[in-house]
Amino acid sequence: MKVFLALLGRELRLSLRHGADTLAALLFFFLAVSLFPLAIGPGPEMLGRIAPGIIWVCALLAALLPLDRLFGADFEDGSLDLLLLSGQPAAAIALAKAVAHWLTTGLPLLAGAAPLAVMLRRPPEAIPALLGGLLPGTMTLSLLGTLGAAIVLGARRGGVLLPLLVLPLATPVLIFGAAAADTVAGGLSARPHLLLLAAVLAAALPLCPLAAGAGLRAAVE
Amino acid sequence: MCRADVQGRTERRSGRLQTAAALSYDRLMEAAAITRQPETPPTTPRPGGMLHRFANPGRFLRLSGAVLPWLAAAALGLTATGLVWGLLFAPADWQQGDAVRIMYVHVPAAWLASAGYVALAACSVASLVWRHPLADLAAVEIGPVGASFTALCLATGSLWGRPMWGAWWVWDARLTSVLVLFFLYLGHIALVRAFDEPERGYRAGAILALVGLVNLPVIKFSVDWWNTLHQPASISFTSAPTMYVGMLWPLGLAALGYTLGFAAIVLARTRAAVMERRIRGLLMARAEQTP
Repeated sequence: MKVFLALLGRELRLSLRHGADTLAALLFFFLAVSLFPLAIGPGPEMLGRIAPGIIWVCALLAALLPLDRLFGADFEDGSLDLLLLSGQPAAAIALAKAVAHWLTTGLPLLAGAAPLAVMLRRPPEAIPALLGGLLPGTMTLSLLGTLGAAIVLGARRGGVLLPLLVLPLATPVLIFGAAAADTVAGGLSARPHLLLLAAVLAAALPLCPLAAGAGLRAAVE
Repeated sequence: MCRADVQGRTERRSGRLQTAAALSYDRLMEAAAITRQPETPPTTPRPGGMLHRFANPGRFLRLSGAVLPWLAAAALGLTATGLVWGLLFAPADWQQGDAVRIMYVHVPAAWLASAGYVALAACSVASLVWRHPLADLAAVEIGPVGASFTALCLATGSLWGRPMWGAWWVWDARLTSVLVLFFLYLGHIALVRAFDEPERGYRAGAILALVGLVNLPVIKFSVDWWNTLHQPASISFTSAPTMYVGMLWPLGLAALGYTLGFAAIVLARTRAAVMERRIRGLLMARAEQTP
């Protein structure tokens, strides 16, 4: 546990010192979302109707951006070998990385989603359901992304390959998340979709670090 | 040196080795120029169970070479019989008319798309747990074949959907989950070929294949869990099929033919992969010998 927390602290300190890299994903999120009103017109009915979809897709893509470097720097300078020799199981290393990815990418995206939803003319009463879906959704995306990053470690053009592997796996998150955000506008309860999202998270929480750990072991072997 | 020449030499070389029954497994592997773990001391391994008997590439080539022509002939014969029967002689559906005949192409392709992924996952388990060298090669070769069957399933489904539903594509649960299966196959194909060391690609691909296994139950039960446009299954293990027997026969024959065909293509591709590795090994050995 101590090593786990130390690793988490190291990741957070690193991302704090490379602030521009950390903010790049958030900036991408803002820019990509603000392209939609320009492309499809500023009519509030249309925008407000498709706002959850826009925000979900852009958040998904933005969360992919920092994955390339999640293990890359550690792999190149040899710290990954040392981390795996630290006595922690490889799955714990992967979990620490996933938590760090969520704290530095998922949480800012979550914070940025609310003002963006307002800018897209989403009715205010529908915004809590969107954020409630994004909370477990971004966590699952961090776990899946860590898995993908561990698998493509050391590949040629790993950055191009990564979205190809992660996006198909992320489809259930997108489907349930967007559905949860959509139901409230229709007067239905978002609860079943949020519960399904939480179920996906509960399944990903033990399985993704295990698979990612196996990927890390294979990468340094 | 021309390709056939090298192949001939390889064959003759392994043929000589087969006669020397006393030769150990490791020596044979070495002769086959597949040097997987040069650091392990050349101990005589246990005679081993079924699994490891087929890890020997020489034995695999002999057995598969004997089986392959029969397999391919049976696959072609059964598929042709099933398709001709289904497309020309089987009765038309009382609702769908002649459009139902796409079923004889579409349904076996859909079964094989899922079954191929199960085979890929089984090879991945053998690859991760036992480091089975042939399972590695087979997994690499199953990928493109499974992707082709999935593409065939999606394309024929789209052609069937146009007259029945009035749309080439609908975003219902069954179609979406099969599309995800197609992307998983493509991701696997891209991943195993993306590494400079093939070993590393096999491991990464195996992990990805096992992760993607969660999609299979979703495909199977998508028509039950969600209210889809795609019809639910007509054939199941636990109850009588809800289909006229005159349609069931050609469908069964075509499905059997598809299955054997899938196996034959994968077998032929794996044989080619083993031979390619041998040739690469021979060329590398020659390059090292020349000063």
